[in-house]
Amino acid sequence: MIPKQSRRAGVALALAASLAAPLAWADINVGVVLSATGPAASLGIPEKNTIELLPTAIAGQKVNWIVLDDGSDTTKAVTNARKLIAEDKVDVIVGSTITPASLAMIDVAAEAGVPMISMAASAKIVDPANPKTKWIFKTPQNDSLMADAIVASMKANGVKTVGYIGFADAYGDGWLGEMQRSTKAAGIEIVATEKYNRTDSSVTGQVLKLVAAKPDAILIGAAGTPGATPQKELVARGYKGKIYQTHGVANPDFLRVVGKDGDGTLLPVGPMLVYEQLPDTNPLKKTGHDYVSKYEEKFGTRSTFGGHAWDAYQLLAQAIPAALKAGQPGTAAFRTGLRDALEKDDVAGAHGVFVMSPGNHNGLDERARVMVRIQDGKWVVVK
Amino acid sequence: MDAQIAALLAQDGFTNGAIYALLALALVLVFAVTRVIFVPSGELVSYGTLTLAALDAGKTPGMVKLLVGAAVLATVIEVVSTLRRREARRLLPRVLLWGGVPLAIAALVTWAAPLKPPLFAQVLLTLAAVGALGPLLYRIVYQPIADASVLVLLIVSVALHLVLAGLGLYFFGAEGSRTPAFASAQLAVGSMTFSAQSLFVVATSALAIVVLYVLFNRTLYGKALRATAVNRIGARLVGIAPDFAGTVTFTLAALLCAFCGVLIGPITTVYYDSGFLISLKGFVGAIIGGLVSYPLAAAGALFVGLIEAFASFYASAFKEVIVFTLIIPVLLWRSLTSHHHEEDE
Repeated sequence: MIPKQSRRAGVALALAASLAAPLAWADINVGVVLSATGPAASLGIPEKNTIELLPTAIAGQKVNWIVLDDGSDTTKAVTNARKLIAEDKVDVIVGSTITPASLAMIDVAAEAGVPMISMAASAKIVDPANPKTKWIFKTPQNDSLMADAIVASMKANGVKTVGYIGFADAYGDGWLGEMQRSTKAAGIEIVATEKYNRTDSSVTGQVLKLVAAKPDAILIGAAGTPGATPQKELVARGYKGKIYQTHGVANPDFLRVVGKDGDGTLLPVGPMLVYEQLPDTNPLKKTGHDYVSKYEEKFGTRSTFGGHAWDAYQLLAQAIPAALKAGQPGTAAFRTGLRDALEKDDVAGAHGVFVMSPGNHNGLDERARVMVRIQDGKWVVVK
Repeated sequence: MDAQIAALLAQDGFTNGAIYALLALALVLVFAVTRVIFVPSGELVSYGTLTLAALDAGKTPGMVKLLVGAAVLATVIEVVSTLRRREARRLLPRVLLWGGVPLAIAALVTWAAPLKPPLFAQVLLTLAAVGALGPLLYRIVYQPIADASVLVLLIVSVALHLVLAGLGLYFFGAEGSRTPAFASAQLAVGSMTFSAQSLFVVATSALAIVVLYVLFNRTLYGKALRATAVNRIGARLVGIAPDFAGTVTFTLAALLCAFCGVLIGPITTVYYDSGFLISLKGFVGAIIGGLVSYPLAAAGALFVGLIEAFASFYASAFKEVIVFTLIIPVLLWRSLTSHHHEEDE
């Protein structure tokens, strides 16, 4: 009995010591939830790589990056968020990769009073009409910002009628909604809308119907390499109008799969993808270089999705010094201070200049988009 | 819709239907002989396409690691069971069969990959590499539980499907690939155009079906498999080893799946996880055939392909819903018309 008791005492002492030491100067714990497996893995993997590049100290404070994979699954993302808050006592959550998972995590973060920076696209995540989103920020450009760029380009090219083919999911529907809003304002008519699935083995039916409507231009609302399927079919069916894609396809794998059928396609992208082609006066040329050179040195070709994780770090790096004045990491005072500081951020990241305000928790403007054309398997900025 | 669009849709439907038909045949074959619902067939389709794509890019396909791992595991299992049965003199041939052959294929693929052999040789390498997985998976996963109930076998199949899908992500990455077309010409017949690729797919699928037919009706091995499918115990009594039948069946099924992957690669972008949906459509075809009839299964799969093509034209948002709703009236019809017999377990 005696040895057991003394062992217990020893354990208690060690526990007390380990608790007491960080209380004096606690680490900052950042919980990261991302989709490194499952359907969104092509987005989540570069984000995960980017987290590995991040420094382990901000403003002289040690930072622990605790990364969990949600498998592109909404339920798992919520479980991960709860686990990070309850077990790891995180001060801030970065994630998740995709919109449905991020939307579901809002309740968890807001309830616990933990600030959250999403890396998903939908504007709904930071919708100011929802009181819970006080705690939520996001780094990717809103779809509306990108849709306006596409419509402006269509107008400049004299397009009067548009056909749309997109994913039969939240991404495709979201883009269709934004296009309907934006084209209405510009006086362009949407003459045909079609849906397809990421794993479809053929889109012949949809494409035949689109081509039969004879639109001046066609927008493909898809993310990643599946965006190539309708594009190749359109070319095979001899469609001669302009083809637009969304920024969701801006990765090297799309170029590889679409091959020469991609030539001439127009799409809006975050500036980091083509930072070399930006004028020297653009501040994003430097910030884009900072990120891309670090990433490419270790992981190969750049991905814009990794940039969203990098930008989450930029937001934190500017906000944490102010938050440290409000309280110790690990306390509610620090988390509230961090939230308040994030709302005042004004920082240039890889994708654009973030100017946060209580009414705008994304903070990106037109500087966060560039129209590019695919030419010989490369992204070329449209002047 | 005019006649030309209808013809194009029908052509598209037949092309995909032919691929689903091959898968339906593989599923019926495996179920008939071993009572396994072969859920992982979809993964083998993806592996087929992605292995060919890797070879085409001059890279060693990641699944070679799985081949090596599975070969080592199967050899260990064989050695242990052989020694337990005190059949030491059979040890060497078994080690050569279970370890030597797959490892030789793995070595050949690894050696040939950077040399960028012609497309035809790449296809043969792909078929050998993915086809070799079939018997190995059977030896490791299914043979030890060959007498379990259909439900247990199904659950194991689902587990194997998840394992192979996860490994697929690890081996091939999250992004999809396409393989080069076997034929890019367009043939004009009157006002209709046929793509040579579609004709190639339909012709090779038909050829594969004929080969299977000959195999099952004209050869001793084929007849042995059919005998096992009709009556397992009876087949055993006349000297057909069920393990042997299972091994041959899984080899054939894996080859068929890999071949589907090779055929579908030039038509669409294939991801590590897209095989599942493709095999589900083959499964709908197989269900139409009641999981026993080869001609009905093939016809059902062609029907699924056609429905899919026309559904994608008329109501693209509901395409999958339409295809999979199809299974309900078929199941109703089958359960009303066919005699229900309890499985003896």
